[in-house]
Amino acid sequence: MNSSRPSAQHLAGIARRIRRRDLDMIYEAGAGHLGSELSCTDLLVALYFGELQVDPDEPSAPTRDRFVLSKGHAAGVLYVTLAEAGFIDPAELATFMQPGSRLNGHPDRKLVPGVETNTGPLGHGLPVAVGMAKAAKLRGESWRTWVLTGDGELQEGSNWEAAMAAAHFGLDNLALVIDHNRFQQGAAVADTNDLAPLADKWRAFGWHLHELDGHDFDAIFAGFDVARSTRGRPTCLIAHTNKGEGISFTRDRVAWHHRVPTAEEYAQARAELTEVPS
Amino acid sequence: MSRQPTNAAPDATTTAAPQTAPEKRVLHDCRNAFAETLIELAEADPTLVAVCNDSVGSSKLEGFQQRWPERLVNVGIAEQNLVGVGAGLANGGLLPFVCAAASFLTGRALEQIKTDVAYSDANVKLCGISSGMAYGELGATHHSIEDFAWLRAIANLAVIAPADPEETRQAVRAAAAHRGPVFLRLSRMGVPDVVPEGYTFEIGRAVRLREGSDVTLIANGTLVHRALDAAELLATEGIEARVINLPTVRPLDGAEILAAARDTGAIVTAEEHQVQGGLGSAVAEVVVSHQPVPMKILGVPGVFAPTGSAAYLLDRFGMSARGIAEAATEVIRRKRAAS
Ligand SMILES: Cc1ncc(C[n+]2csc(CCOP(=O)(O)OP(=O)(O)O)c2C)c(N)n1
Ligand SMILES: [Mg+2]
Repeated sequence: MNSSRPSAQHLAGIARRIRRRDLDMIYEAGAGHLGSELSCTDLLVALYFGELQVDPDEPSAPTRDRFVLSKGHAAGVLYVTLAEAGFIDPAELATFMQPGSRLNGHPDRKLVPGVETNTGPLGHGLPVAVGMAKAAKLRGESWRTWVLTGDGELQEGSNWEAAMAAAHFGLDNLALVIDHNRFQQGAAVADTNDLAPLADKWRAFGWHLHELDGHDFDAIFAGFDVARSTRGRPTCLIAHTNKGEGISFTRDRVAWHHRVPTAEEYAQARAELTEVPS
Repeated sequence: MSRQPTNAAPDATTTAAPQTAPEKRVLHDCRNAFAETLIELAEADPTLVAVCNDSVGSSKLEGFQQRWPERLVNVGIAEQNLVGVGAGLANGGLLPFVCAAASFLTGRALEQIKTDVAYSDANVKLCGISSGMAYGELGATHHSIEDFAWLRAIANLAVIAPADPEETRQAVRAAAAHRGPVFLRLSRMGVPDVVPEGYTFEIGRAVRLREGSDVTLIANGTLVHRALDAAELLATEGIEARVINLPTVRPLDGAEILAAARDTGAIVTAEEHQVQGGLGSAVAEVVVSHQPVPMKILGVPGVFAPTGSAAYLLDRFGMSARGIAEAATEVIRRKRAAS
C-alpha cells in the first residue's frame, strides 16, 4: 500500500502502455468499448499497481483484496491490466472476442484469473461487493473490497439497495469508486436521468464521500487513503474522469462509447498515445 | 458485432440449390422494420409512446426521437423502473412500446413483467431487442436465451418471435392492435426474407411454409430460414420435410402442431434459445399429451455459450442447415424403427 506505491510518473507510463494495447486490441477485434475503457484506465492502474493486495501467482488466495469491475463492458482494459499485472499472458490479448477465447466481451471469472464475479448487466457489482465486505467482517479478516461502477450505471436501483445495506452494516472495508465521466451509452447522464446532486446522495445514504480527479495518480491515492482510514462506514470515491481520456478526438464524445476506430482514426490515436506527454 | 466467425462449421448448404443461394441472399436487420413500423403506427395513433433504457440507438429509435422527442420516455439504465413506468403509462391511457435489450428487459424486470404488466393486464408492448445470441461475443450476460421459458410461463402474455422484416412489420402492427400484454422477441442478426407474398401474420397462428410428409421442422425467429435450407438439403436426399414457422410461442397453435405430428410422424424443432422450456418444450407439451411421435429439440444445450458470433454459435450447437437436416434424419429413423 501507501509506502510502497510507485511514483505517479511510473504509473503514467504503465497507463499509456495499457491505453495503447487496449486501442490495438479493440481495433484488431473490431469491437469493444473504447470510451468507457479509456475513462477508467488510470483508476485500474492505481488499483492494480498501487493498492490491491492481490497475487497473480495465487489469484484465489482467500485473504486477497477483492476488486469488482461492475462496469463489465470495460472488460478489454481489465484484460490488458491483468496481463500487465501478470495474471494472464499478454499474447492472449490477441484472442479478444475471438471464437472460443477466454477473453469474452464481458469478464468471466470461471475463465480469467483475477476476475471475481461476472458482470455485464449494469448494477450488479455493488451488491456483490457488499456481500464480499460483509464476509470479511464475519470472518474477522482484514482484506478490503473495491468496486468500480460507471456513473450512468447508478441509475439502476440495485445500487441504492446495496448502498443502504453497506451503510447499515457499517462496511468500512468497502470502497466504491465511481467513474464519473458524465456520459452513458447514448447521451450525457445529465440529459438522460440526472444523478445530481450525486455527492449529497451518497452522504444521505450514510457513506463517507470523497471526490477526486480520476486522471491524477496522487489524487487517486489520496482518495484510497481516505477510504482506508475511514471507520464505521463505507467510502464512496467520486472520480471525476473524461470518457475517452487519452485520445483527443474520443475525449468527452459519447459516440465513442463503443465505436471502433477507422484505419485513419486508429493511426492518429496510436500516434497520440505514443508521444510522451510533457 | 458482426464479424465473420473464423472457424464456423463449413456451410452446409453448398450441395443444395435453394431458391436463392444462401451466400447471395440479402440479409436484413429486423430492427429497421420494427422502428419504421413503430413510426407509422405513431403517426396514426397519438397515444403511442416509446419507452427505453438508454437504448435509443440499440433499439433504432433515433428516428422516433427526432420526430417526437416528447413521446420518447428514456428512464435511463433502470429496467425494473422501465417496465413499471410502462405499466403506469398504459394505465394513464397511453400505448407504450417498451424497448430494451431482451436480456435485461426480461431477466432484470421479470417480476415487473409478471405483476405490473401481465397480472395487472396492462396494455404494454414489451420489445426485446437483440434477443437470442445476437450480441454474440458480448457473451452470456447479453444473450437472451431463457426468455421463452420465463415468459411462456407467465399467464396473459403473448410471446412472439418474428422471422423476417415482413413478419416483424405485421407482428408490430398486430401487437399494437391487440388489447393486452405482448412480448416481441426481435433480433439484430441478419436474416433473409422468408415469408411468402401475401402472408398474413396472426397472433397465435403457426404457418406452414413448405409441405412435406416425412418429417416436420418447426422453428421461429432467426431459425426459420435455416429450417427452410435444411428442408432443401433433405429434398436432395428424397426426404420431404414440412416446415412450420411458429412465431407465437404463447398462445400456441396446437392444431397445427397436432396436424404435423399426425401427418408426418416425426418432428424437429429449432430455436435460438436453451433447449429447456422454449419453443421445443412448448411443442412437446402438446405432442406428448395428444399425439406422441419421435421428436428432437435443437437449441442451446443447457450451457452458457462460449465467446463467438451468433452465427458461429448456432452452427456450433447443431443448428446449421446441415445440423437440422441430420436431426431430421435421426427422428425419421426413430419413427421407422417404432413402426
Ligand atoms: C442492465 C443493463 N442495461 C443496459 C446495458 C447496456 N449498456 C452497456 S454500457 C451502458 C452505458 C453505461 O454507462 P456508464 O455506467 O456511465 O458507463 P461508462 O461507459 O460511461 O463508463 C449501457 C446502457 C447493460 N449493460 N446492462
Ligand atoms: Mg459514464
